[in-house]
Amino acid sequence: MARLVETLEDLVAPIRDGSVVALPPDYSGCAMAAIRALIGRRPRRLHLVGVPSLGFQGDMLIAAGAVAIVEAAAVGLGERGGAPHFERAIREGAIEMRDATCPAIHAGLQATERGVGSMPVAGILGSDLLLHRAADWIVAPDPFTGRPTVQVRAIRPDVALFHAAEADPAGNVWVGVRRELMTMAHASRRTLVTVERIVERDLLADDRTGAGTLPSLYVDAIALAPGGARPLGLRGEYGPDEADLSRYVAEARLAVGRRAA
Amino acid sequence: MAGDAPERAAERARQDFMIGRIARMLDGAGHVAVGSTSPVPAAAALLARRRDPGMRVSLLGSERHNVFTDGNRELFDCAAQGRIDAFFLSGGQIDGQGRINLVGTGAYPGRGSRFPGSFGSAFLYPMVPRVILFREAHGPRTLVDTVDFVSAAPGSPERGDRNAGPHALVTGRAVFGFAQGRFELAALAAGETPEGIATLTGFGFACRTPLERDLADAALGAEIDAVVRADLADDYPAFARRRLGP
Repeated sequence: MARLVETLEDLVAPIRDGSVVALPPDYSGCAMAAIRALIGRRPRRLHLVGVPSLGFQGDMLIAAGAVAIVEAAAVGLGERGGAPHFERAIREGAIEMRDATCPAIHAGLQATERGVGSMPVAGILGSDLLLHRAADWIVAPDPFTGRPTVQVRAIRPDVALFHAAEADPAGNVWVGVRRELMTMAHASRRTLVTVERIVERDLLADDRTGAGTLPSLYVDAIALAPGGARPLGLRGEYGPDEADLSRYVAEARLAVGRRAA
Repeated sequence: MAGDAPERAAERARQDFMIGRIARMLDGAGHVAVGSTSPVPAAAALLARRRDPGMRVSLLGSERHNVFTDGNRELFDCAAQGRIDAFFLSGGQIDGQGRINLVGTGAYPGRGSRFPGSFGSAFLYPMVPRVILFREAHGPRTLVDTVDFVSAAPGSPERGDRNAGPHALVTGRAVFGFAQGRFELAALAAGETPEGIATLTGFGFACRTPLERDLADAALGAEIDAVVRADLADDYPAFARRRLGP
C-alpha cells in the first residue's frame, strides 16, 4: 500500500548503492526533483534501466558519478543533441553499456509482469545488438512457427521512479496514456512516485480516470512535488523550460570539455 | 548574425529538397509513423497528410500527432501487426548495404565517438514495408562502405520480414533508390552532380538514367513553412525557430 512521505529525501531512501532503477524518457513523466534529491544522497553503482530510453535524468546521474550500468535503447537529449556526460563516460569506459532496442526493454519488463523468465520479440535478427547482449537475449526457433525469434530475459528493476499529475488519498496514481509507467511499476519491486497534487476524489471510482490509473497495489511511496518534472515538461500540465534545459546542455558540454583538456 | 544568412539559406534548400522528396514517397501510405529526433521526416509526413487528408501520421513522443493509448510500446506492437506502412531511420553512419549505425564509432560501445543508441530501429527496420533512410549531412564519414556497428539492417523476405531493403536514402544533396542489395543514385538537389555525389559518398552505387534533378522551388518552401508553423512547432520548437525565425 502506498504511503505518503513528507520529503523527497524520504521518497528516494529505498534507492541504495547498486540498485536497479527504472526511469522513463524525457517526455513521459520524469521525477526530476526526486532525481536531484537522489543525487544529493551521493548514490553509487546504480544500474539504470531506460524505459525504453533515457535523457536528462540519465546524464545528470552519470555526471554525479552515481552510475555503473546503463541499460537502454538510447541515451540522448532529443532536439538538444547528445548527452554529454553519457558520451564522455562511454569514451572513458567509466560505465557498462547494455545497448537495447525499445521493444526489447518493454518485452523484458512484460516478462516480469507475467512472471515468466523471458519474452519473445520480433525483428532484431540482423542487428549487432545480439552479439553484445548474448547474456540476456538468445535466438531460438518459435515453438509454433519454427521461425528464429529473439527471446529477451526478464528485466526486474528494484525501483521504478517517475512523476505524474495526480494521486488520490489511497495512493492510486493517474498516468493517463503513459502506460509504460504502469508496465514499469508492475515489473519493479518498489515504485516511488512524485505528483503535482493529491486530489480528494477516488481515481478508481470513475472509469474515465480509472482506465489510466496505476492502482496503489503497485505503489510504495508518493511525495508531493508541484513542478516535480521541471525543467522537463509534464503532459497536460506544463511544457519544458527550454532556457533551463539549454543551460544544462551548455554547462555539461563545458564540463566535459574541461575534463578532456 | 548576418554571416549566418547564407548558411541558413543553404540549410533551408537542403530541407526543402528532402521534405519535398520524402513527402512524394509517401503517396498511398495509409499510416506513416515518425520516430524521435526526426523533424525533417516529420515535416514531410505532415506535408503529405496536408495533400492527402486520409493519411494517418503518428509522431512518437508527440502529444498532438499521436493516437496511441497503450504507452510507448504501442508503436512497436502496431508495426508488428502490419499497421504501419512507412517509417524513417537515420544513422551516425549509413552503409552501402542500407545498414545503419546509431551506437557509435570505434570499439563497442562507441569508444571513438558515441551516438545516442539504436532506439527502436533494430525492430522496426525489418517490420515496416517502406523504410526511408534520411540524413541531411551528406559526406564520406556518414555514408560509409561498412558501418562500425549494425544497429539495424534491412529485412529479409525469406525470414518473413516486410522489406528487402530501404525504400530510399534521402540526403540534403541526393536521393538514392535501393535494388539488388545496393544503392542507385536517383535524384539530385539543385547544383549537385553525380561526380560530386560520388566524391562525398563512401559507398559505391549505381546510377539511374535519366537522373531526376530538382530546381529550387519557392512555392514548396512556403508550403513547408505553413506545415511547420501550423503542425510541427509544438513538437520541434528549435527546428521551427531556425526555419521560421523567432
